[in-house]
This record gives sequence, C-alpha cells and structure tokens, in this order.
Amino acid sequence: MRKLKIGDLEKIREKVRRTANLRQGKARAKITVHMGTCGIAAGARDILSTLLKEIGKKKLKDIIVTTSGCAGLCSREPMATVEITGKPPVKYVDLTAEKIKKILNIHIIKGNIINDYVLAIGSERTH
Amino acid sequence: MRDLSLHVLDIVENSIAAGAKNIKIIINENIEKDVLTLTIQDNGKGIDKKTLDKVIDPFYSTKKIRRIGLGLSMLAQATKEADGSFNIESQKGKGTAITATFVYSHIDRKPIGDMAETLITLVATQGLNVDFIYEHHKNSHGFIFDTKSIKQELKDLPLNDPEVINHLRRNLNEELEKL
Repeated sequence: MRKLKIGDLEKIREKVRRTANLRQGKARAKITVHMGTCGIAAGARDILSTLLKEIGKKKLKDIIVTTSGCAGLCSREPMATVEITGKPPVKYVDLTAEKIKKILNIHIIKGNIINDYVLAIGSERTH
Repeated sequence: MRDLSLHVLDIVENSIAAGAKNIKIIINENIEKDVLTLTIQDNGKGIDKKTLDKVIDPFYSTKKIRRIGLGLSMLAQATKEADGSFNIESQKGKGTAITATFVYSHIDRKPIGDMAETLITLVATQGLNVDFIYEHHKNSHGFIFDTKSIKQELKDLPLNDPEVINHLRRNLNEELEKL
C-alpha cells in the first residue's frame, strides 16, 4: 500500500532553518491541554488544534504543547494549564477556540494572565 | 463523543498513559460487506485478565488503574448502537488490542470524523516519544501514515515543528480526500 511521504522536504527544511529553532530543550512556555475522556468529549481536540494552527501562523518555536489526563474537574472542561518558565502554572477552564487564542496572545506572548478564564494559579497534580 | 475520530484520540491517550511506544490505528471501510472496522493496537503495559473482564463496565473505575474509565465503555456502546461488536485483548507486559466493528450503513453508526486532526493532535504532542502507524483502507484504496519513516525522512527536523505539523496536516487531508 502507498505510504504517505512528507515530500517538499527541502522547502520545509529551509523554512524551519530561517526561523531560529528553539524547540529542543529551550522552551519558554508549556501548554498542557487536558485530554481525558471528559476533555475530549467537551472539545479539547478543537482547543489543541486551534492552538497548533495559531502557533504555526505566528511561527512560535519556543512553546511546547502537550496533553495530560483528566484533572478531576470534568464539568469545567475543556481545560488547559499554562506554564511560563519561572512562573507558577495557571489553570484555565471552560475554554473555547476564541479563549485559547486570547490566552496565547495575551498570556503566553505578552505575559498577562487573563483572570476571567482562570480557575487557579499554582501547582497542580494530574493523574 | 460526536464521532469515531474522538473515540480514537481517547483510546490512544489510554495507550500512551499505559506507556506504549508503538501504536497502530487501522480503519477499514468495507462498503461491499457493509462493515466499518476500527483497530487500535499498542505495546503498552497491558491489562491483567481480571481487570479485562470489567473494562467496558462504565461503573468500573479505579484511581489505581487510571487506564480504564468511561472511554472504552463509550466506544463499546457506540458499536452496540450500530449493530457492531467490540473486542479487547490484552497481555500483561505486551500490550492491548481493541477491535470495534460497525454496520457501515447503520443509521446510528457514528461518522468517522476528522482523523487528520486526531492524528495531528497525537503527533504534535506525543510524536517525539511515541511512534504511530495509521492505516486507512476504503474498499481497494488506502494509505499508510507511519511516523517512524517520516522521522527518518525528516532527519534533523523535529516532527513537532509547526512547519512540519502544518505540512503533515495538509498531506493527511489530501490523502483522506482521495479515498
């Protein structure tokens, strides 16, 4: 069967080279989208894909996007935790595509927490 | 879950939580036989026999075994609604395989949904640590998406680079459209 090839590899390689690559090791921020069954059912995949598309558009290379399981607050999903290096983690709840775009622009890029969307600031534990 | 691609994402998150490093997802649309088959295989830590009997019970959940929750029971329920079947096999230490079948033309069969977005979500967030193989067959057509061989093609480029992710999303959508 036909295997999907990445093709156009040189073009991508060139594009990636042009923008300084900080992805390996030197992340400035980490965003964890909660992807438990509850999160997925509430729309976590759309949140994550909006985030990836925006990061792609803005060519941000120093942000890690990852997922975690259910944090135990299923009724407040979709949720995401934003960690900026050296700052306490911020947990956002009841997210929409519009809200996560704002979080990316205002919190992650400019450094201002959007209090209206915040559930808690501080350490967390996910299972 | 509104479609099967979300179920896939959910089950694969289970596989990742179970420490799987190789995950294979197969979708087979056999329109002639009127069967849709979804298979997910992983090499995670597996489930012991005693637990395996209970995994599709929606009220069976334990904090000690977070691998199991509502996810599997909801997929099992989705197969039931479309006159299909659900099977799970697992060996402790070896991995788990899930097969879900559906009557393709059944009015209650959930749509496949956006498999490209599910795969991109997995590759962008877990692709550096986990290898994914995705096979999609529709009658005599099909394609394979294999992150291990894509990584080899990419050489020094990280799989989760935004440019690479955008490119993979486009490629996957094109392949899925061709089916």
